[in-house]
Amino acid sequence: MAPIKVNRIGLEPQVYKGGKTTLCAGCGHNSISERIIDAFYEMGVDPKQVVKLSGIGCSSKSPAYFLGSSHGFNAVHGRMPSVGTGAMIANQKLIAIGISGDGDTGAIGIGQFVHLMRRNLPIIYIIEDNGCYGLTKGQFSPTADVGSTLKTGVVNDLPPIDTCALAVQLGATFVGRSFSGDKKQLLSLLKAALAHRGTVMLDVISPCVTFNDHEGSTKSYAYAKEHDDPVEDMTFVPFFEDISVDYEPGSLQEVTMHDGSKLLLKKLEEDYDPTDKLNAMKRLHESARRGEFATGLIYIEPDRDDFLTQLNIVDEPLAGLPLARTRPGPEALEEIMEGLR
Amino acid sequence: MSPTDLAAQEQRKTADKQRVVNDFSIQVATVNGSGSQTANMVLLRSILMMGVPVSGKNMFPSNIAGLPTWYTIRASKRGYIARRKEVDFLVAMNAETAKEDVLTLEPGAAVVYDEPLKLSGLRNDVVFYAVPFDKLVGSVCPDAKLRRLVRNMIYDGILARLLGIELSLMERALAKQMGKKAKAVAMNVGALKAGFDYAQTTFTKHDPYAIEPMNETAGKILIEGNAAAAIGCMMAGVTVVAWYPITPSSSLCESLIGYMKKYRIDKETGKATFAVVQAEDEIASLGMVIGASWAGARSMTATAGPGISLMGEFAGLAYYAETPAVIFDVQRVGPSTGLPTRTAQGDLLQAAFLSHGDTKHIMLMPATVEESYTMAMQAFDLAELFQTPVFVMMDLDLGMNNWMSDAFTYPTGPINRGKRLTAEKLKELGEWGRYKDVDGDGIPYRTVPGDNLPAYFTRGSGHNAKGQYSERPDDYVENMDRLARKFDTARAHVPKPVVQLNPEARIGFIGFGTSHFAIEESRDQLVEETRVETSYFRLRGYPFNEDLPAFVDAHERIYIIEQNRDAQMRQLMKLELSPERVSKLRSVLHYSGLPIDARSITDDVLAQEGFEVAKKTVSRVSAGSAGGE
Repeated sequence: MAPIKVNRIGLEPQVYKGGKTTLCAGCGHNSISERIIDAFYEMGVDPKQVVKLSGIGCSSKSPAYFLGSSHGFNAVHGRMPSVGTGAMIANQKLIAIGISGDGDTGAIGIGQFVHLMRRNLPIIYIIEDNGCYGLTKGQFSPTADVGSTLKTGVVNDLPPIDTCALAVQLGATFVGRSFSGDKKQLLSLLKAALAHRGTVMLDVISPCVTFNDHEGSTKSYAYAKEHDDPVEDMTFVPFFEDISVDYEPGSLQEVTMHDGSKLLLKKLEEDYDPTDKLNAMKRLHESARRGEFATGLIYIEPDRDDFLTQLNIVDEPLAGLPLARTRPGPEALEEIMEGLR
Repeated sequence: MSPTDLAAQEQRKTADKQRVVNDFSIQVATVNGSGSQTANMVLLRSILMMGVPVSGKNMFPSNIAGLPTWYTIRASKRGYIARRKEVDFLVAMNAETAKEDVLTLEPGAAVVYDEPLKLSGLRNDVVFYAVPFDKLVGSVCPDAKLRRLVRNMIYDGILARLLGIELSLMERALAKQMGKKAKAVAMNVGALKAGFDYAQTTFTKHDPYAIEPMNETAGKILIEGNAAAAIGCMMAGVTVVAWYPITPSSSLCESLIGYMKKYRIDKETGKATFAVVQAEDEIASLGMVIGASWAGARSMTATAGPGISLMGEFAGLAYYAETPAVIFDVQRVGPSTGLPTRTAQGDLLQAAFLSHGDTKHIMLMPATVEESYTMAMQAFDLAELFQTPVFVMMDLDLGMNNWMSDAFTYPTGPINRGKRLTAEKLKELGEWGRYKDVDGDGIPYRTVPGDNLPAYFTRGSGHNAKGQYSERPDDYVENMDRLARKFDTARAHVPKPVVQLNPEARIGFIGFGTSHFAIEESRDQLVEETRVETSYFRLRGYPFNEDLPAFVDAHERIYIIEQNRDAQMRQLMKLELSPERVSKLRSVLHYSGLPIDARSITDDVLAQEGFEVAKKTVSRVSAGSAGGE
């Protein structure tokens, strides 16, 4: 019998799987779930330390379909960021992954999204972006492009919200965009996300096969394949692997991650520096103007303190502190009382 | 003419001749933002230091500077600390309201006023003392910029002389209030003395009011309910606090931050054993609390009615997904923005059923600052025990006013973290289901992320006893019935009512929260003035327990006294009591935004009991003032 394949913490791939998906066959979200399973397995993340969070919608069902042995919280529409924030403050040892959709984030949840990005909470926040509300049968969402159409022919007149541009501007420290069909790029981004400490915002174009995969849609498989505009060619080297990459001098940018992992970014046709905020915003807008969407690691700021560090909380999880450490002694109460007499 | 009316008149007549000692109220009328708070607190505390039971109530506008504000201080040798409707001693500092403030006084009252207001010609049945505040402040405070800050301290000096409050006690109260700011203390002491000296050399006392030393306040503290609740939260071991500023709850979290920074920093590392997040709104506040509680932390938020409205969806999630949450609702006047700086008990129905679908919540109802402290601790135990939101229903009167109280006692015994699955318990059970009713009390066992016990998927969508997604009718009904069973279990765990059964009484009072003090005083008035005996049931928790129907059965008529228009507590009781019992229920409703007072209760009850009662007087502040946003 062949030896059972295990990862660096001795767990089998099976452990990282979840329940059977109930999403449509061919839904982009299922591909994203598969990449998440791959990334967490390959990075050797302990599923017992992972919390999966989501809002409401097709996207938000997907945490049930990966990491079945992790705790999950399918919260209310657009408000997953606050639940995730509370959970991470309660136990900063946890690894949080939040799955949202373009409606869940861009419409009802835009307020909480904005403040999550500002706080730089350590969480991997993924928008499974298909430009429409799938679960309520295909209405436009706020990421739908101007001029794109519904199956019924209705044209969208309003400009889209670019969640990546928003995240960069608001203070997220790891912002990427990808396409559910691009296995290699998405997997690299997810593995890098696990090495980052701070808010990771990944907008993943994830076509809705049932309501938004037609001609006229800018979130269809065909459109996404033709208009994908990668900003760099990315290789992720985890801290526990010793890989050397040959490259021509000057053609590669190396970014060291929080945990010692490395991102090797090979330049494509033009120079792109993902640590330059202004450059990131410019590139996002340029691609959009061409009717394309920039993908890859758009922006990274590896060194900024995350929200939990700023709160200056003790090293142990707050949730597990014994009463002896959370209830001041009688002398404290007496001192307070004396001050009130 | 009614007996009460006669009694009141008689009292007034004799007051003209006799001294009124330790039984009157002072009202200070100023412009908000003029720094009168320090002067009022010093006056309040110095009376407390004289050993005289005292209470202070701030009636302020929703504004930062320039609108009228009133502070009333009541000294009561009998220990009554409810608001008193009548004003005996007025300090008129606000040009805008002075005339009306004087005209609404009862005959025999006294007025200290700012000389340029020229009030003395308005009436000849009250006593006037004119004080040239600007002239006096000029001599004690050469720096014109600082005069505004000490000007009000002069009236404290005047009152010390007129009422017989020891100046040394006022100085002590001042030092306590101002802390270590020596220069500021010295300047304020100068103003105090200037007022005292001016009164001594200028005035002959013509009013009957006096403070004389008593021995009723030894060891007592003065504290706001919000600060008291904050101490309770800290002692309960809260670790995660999320909040959004809103009057009148803000000072709860702000006090908590202050206390925690002092007493909850780890000595060795200098790091905090807590986290406080000012969220982007109340929705996020409760979301954070739910997330933190779900992950095993003791977590809370504090808000007022508008925030409670916003929390509706999350409250339903917490109820149905069964996560603990402690929510303080420091109630103010609604609907909408309403009167944000005035008090009410108007969120009862909203909190009891907050959210869509069949949802109901535990409520605790503290009446005193001491109960604000103890019930804060109980709220965390109950939230974790029942894995559900617990609402602590305070109000502005309790939360933002200073109350005299016995010192709080240190909590004894362990806290209740509820049914958390352990490895041993798992072994014993064999199989664990997140929503399985193992013990028959409706309360399931839970695990939390990171505890290395079986994980589950928490959701607001339909689920079965194992926590799996389910739309099966049987699963839904079974789960909802278990939740109802859990709520029934809570009846025996929420704070029990405090019942004073009077065998002579044919009528019973039911009250809760800050109405308590006015109710106690009203019961005395009823006995002393009309020989009407009453029993009293002070409700402290929801859901109700079996004491409620028993109390109703023991009386012919029940008056439910509450501070809202729609008799919200009575509506809640109607849902559970039999029709025969419901037919006994009557209401005393007070919803002017001012704290309820004894006279209003007494008059209302007597009228309903068939006595002839004089027409209600509308007290000055409720008569209307301009307000700002």
